[in-house]
Amino acid sequence: MKFGIQVNEGPYTHEASVTAINFVKSAVAKGHEVFRVFFYHDGVNNGTRYATPPQDDINIQQTWSNLAKEHNIDLVICVAAAQRRGLADDGEQERNKLDGNNIMDGFRISGLGQLIEAGIECDRLVVFGD
Amino acid sequence: MSILHTVNKSPLDRTTLKSCLNLAVKGASVLLIEDGVYGAVSGAESTQMVQDAMGDVAVYVLGPDLKARGVDESRLIDGVKVVDYDGFVDLTTDNDTVSAWV
Repeated sequence: MKFGIQVNEGPYTHEASVTAINFVKSAVAKGHEVFRVFFYHDGVNNGTRYATPPQDDINIQQTWSNLAKEHNIDLVICVAAAQRRGLADDGEQERNKLDGNNIMDGFRISGLGQLIEAGIECDRLVVFGD
Repeated sequence: MSILHTVNKSPLDRTTLKSCLNLAVKGASVLLIEDGVYGAVSGAESTQMVQDAMGDVAVYVLGPDLKARGVDESRLIDGVKVVDYDGFVDLTTDNDTVSAWV
């Protein structure tokens, strides 16, 4: 089956990011396709590349990035939520004249239409977060 | 059409489990994850509410989240089924749609 995932909660907040990661790992291991993960609200913080958690802790952002590479998963950050929280890619940096960007490899910033599309394209949309 | 409901907060913290059980129709499944696993414990304030609902809905609990909280499976309400992440994925495909009570 084709899965869409929505993550509404920031990393290291409660558990939603890790629950979503474990779900995605299980789904792909069982032969399902994870078409897209859409990061919304505080969930956009799953996509910053400047997180440096302790070495004995899970690096949530890096784990998403690796999963995306291994299984060809589209990681999409909501643009409006990203702008409010200081998440930027090249395009956002240029558009808003910022002095840098902080998006993690494998993520991209786009709009809510990507969530709607995932809802239409996928057999199941599973939501994680607060 | 069958629905899988996921509840991720303790019934002591939020009213999402109560709302979910009130609205879930016969044949639905409810999966308790994260702090939601406390809803599966027997001898708690929420136990009767969950037991009453279990005539109509199937209640599941995510095993790894029970383990993370030191809740032994022997303390669960009779009839609650423990699943792992593979079981979680199977529940989402066995049901027609998934509703997260976040």
